[in-house]
Amino acid sequence: MKQYWTKHKASLILTTVFGLFIGLSFVLDFEPGKSIGRDQFWVFVKEMILFLPVMFILIGLGDVWISKEKAEKHMGEGSGVKGILMVIVMSMAQVGPLYGAFPVAYLLWKKGASVRNIFIYLGAFCTIKIPMLTFEIGFLGWKFSLIRTLLSLPIIILIAIAMEKYFKNRKFEIQNP
Amino acid sequence: MILLLVIIAIALAVSFYFDRKKTLLGIKKGVKMFLNLMPTILVVLAAVSILLYFLPNELIVKHLGENAGWAGYAIAAVVGSLALIPGFIAYPLSGALVQSGVGYPVIAVFITTLMMVGILTLPIEIKFFGLKTSLLRNLFFLIGALIIGLFTGLIYHIL
Repeated sequence: MKQYWTKHKASLILTTVFGLFIGLSFVLDFEPGKSIGRDQFWVFVKEMILFLPVMFILIGLGDVWISKEKAEKHMGEGSGVKGILMVIVMSMAQVGPLYGAFPVAYLLWKKGASVRNIFIYLGAFCTIKIPMLTFEIGFLGWKFSLIRTLLSLPIIILIAIAMEKYFKNRKFEIQNP
Repeated sequence: MILLLVIIAIALAVSFYFDRKKTLLGIKKGVKMFLNLMPTILVVLAAVSILLYFLPNELIVKHLGENAGWAGYAIAAVVGSLALIPGFIAYPLSGALVQSGVGYPVIAVFITTLMMVGILTLPIEIKFFGLKTSLLRNLFFLIGALIIGLFTGLIYHIL
């Protein structure tokens, strides 16, 4: 508990100040403060409050159950097209904002996935998650969505290859926050 | 969301059945990671909330259509990279913009940068990747987003 406080002091103080401001705004009927809390902050919190803890528990379970050898074989260096397909399928099934994908990237790295596959995972998460595509097709049409998806795939793979090249002789690590 | 809850329930049940101790360790690891990330996420979201109060999404996005040519693309790219707008809000907004006459290329650049680049969420990303890798990822993804966005718009008009 004390260690937690020391590590996150600044963030915790800022969050508390923000919380007090919103709370007081509601008590004193201060409209800007109420709006920031209700129309902005709450929308974001709603997006993640249920989904993030669930995601993290899944990641924790993955951490204890997935064997490094197996994961490395399927998604590590030299895993080829199969590894790419695996991380793409993984990312497509997910929901939520990009910062929800970082912990998964950490798990992938810890289990020995290659730099290339980690960035393909992040790229695919950004561009072709299925829940997002349904929204896109609904509001911008299937033609737009199809062209964008077909262009996104090769480009994120190219970016990931570039990242892999960059980190070839450099240290790459993802930390547990 | 319901699907996710079902998946986690099944995963937990199966995991408990096979190994109680391992399951508890997994939950502990997950919760610990979550708690360590939570303060940073809350600060970022609080900052974004205050920012969005002064510059609401609708207002920002409305300006996307007002500048033609390269200025329009530049504004779309900057707004997309900076903003943190969930998809369920961004797509209806974009759909409305298209209805009001904004071209698909500008919308495509806005959508791709919005999805791939996250300047405001950098504090969260840095916790995992460190400063250098985070900046590099955002730079590479920004270039990618511009290419995808511009070509999507172009091909859309040709087809």
